[in-house]
Amino acid sequence: MDEAGTVKKFLFVNRKAPYGSVYALEGLEVVLISAAFDQDVGLAFLDDGVYQLAKGQNPKGIETKNFSPTYRALEGYDIEKLYVERESLEARGLTEGDLLVDVQVLGAAEMAALMDEMDVMISF
Amino acid sequence: MKIGVMVNEGPYQHQSSDSAYLFCKAAIESGHQIERVFFYHDGVNNATKLTEPPQDDRNVVARWTKLAEEHGVDLVVCVAAALRRGIVEQNLAQGFRISGLGQLVESAIQSDRLVVFGD
Amino acid sequence: MLHIVNKSPGERSTLASCLAHARPGHCVLLIEDAVYAATKGHAAGAQVAKALGGGVKVYVLTPDLEARARAGAVAEGVVQVDYRGFVDLVTQNPRVQSWL
Repeated sequence: MDEAGTVKKFLFVNRKAPYGSVYALEGLEVVLISAAFDQDVGLAFLDDGVYQLAKGQNPKGIETKNFSPTYRALEGYDIEKLYVERESLEARGLTEGDLLVDVQVLGAAEMAALMDEMDVMISF
Repeated sequence: MKIGVMVNEGPYQHQSSDSAYLFCKAAIESGHQIERVFFYHDGVNNATKLTEPPQDDRNVVARWTKLAEEHGVDLVVCVAAALRRGIVEQNLAQGFRISGLGQLVESAIQSDRLVVFGD
Repeated sequence: MLHIVNKSPGERSTLASCLAHARPGHCVLLIEDAVYAATKGHAAGAQVAKALGGGVKVYVLTPDLEARARAGAVAEGVVQVDYRGFVDLVTQNPRVQSWL
């Protein structure tokens, strides 16, 4: 079967905080690989996933790699659709200004509508 | 229908590998094709041939191997996740192969559905 | 869309998050520890009832209920399915999302 030219809409849904588990870091590795497949890729951050984008992460004291600068490098991979849920920020006392990269802030209803347009959703 | 499956947790620790296996079996029985199962995160631990569960318990690893042998299911273990966790060719169970994350993305593109099992 | 939830609502907020994004006509399948949400008298019952009232279809995986001794206590409006039914939900819905 010839799959060349198939472009699907991917949404990587990040709902977990970084460092406490490996999902955020290894999830980001999938996102980077997906860039090589010329697909329509977006990332959504909701619930504790919004903490992945917090400015000022310093995991030196827990002897773990700081992978947060990678979110800023996504643009270089032509991954520019970063969606953050407003309700998730508000529930955590965060604002868009606390984030380390430019994002599009969406309400939960808008996020639900966005999800309804996707072909593939992988959540980490 | 072509269905891709992703398994993100190790065997015995979490139910996700059991759920994924039973889902695959039912899908095949219903006439669908499980074109690939991709093992990621601690899910790579499903691929070790060194596992020895007690006699009265299910053998999660052997069950995956049997599914691959009987139904031609492509069992792919992510190389980066596997190296982190000590899963290498020398301890890889029958029916599994180690490859890159691109295999997951490719599976998502080529399948009609991708179903993710994890924690 | 088919939403799959596997977390107990007594331990995590995953179900609430899923239901906040489930639109009318969507299906929600409760598996593994999430099956408790579909049982009579559970504190999460109001959330599930609200979803059902809003046009969301809620399903629960019977083998997971049976394993947990809750098969006889399924809340009204929730539909029980086996693994074949799980597969049918995946194929009948154009997209699938697992709320991990």
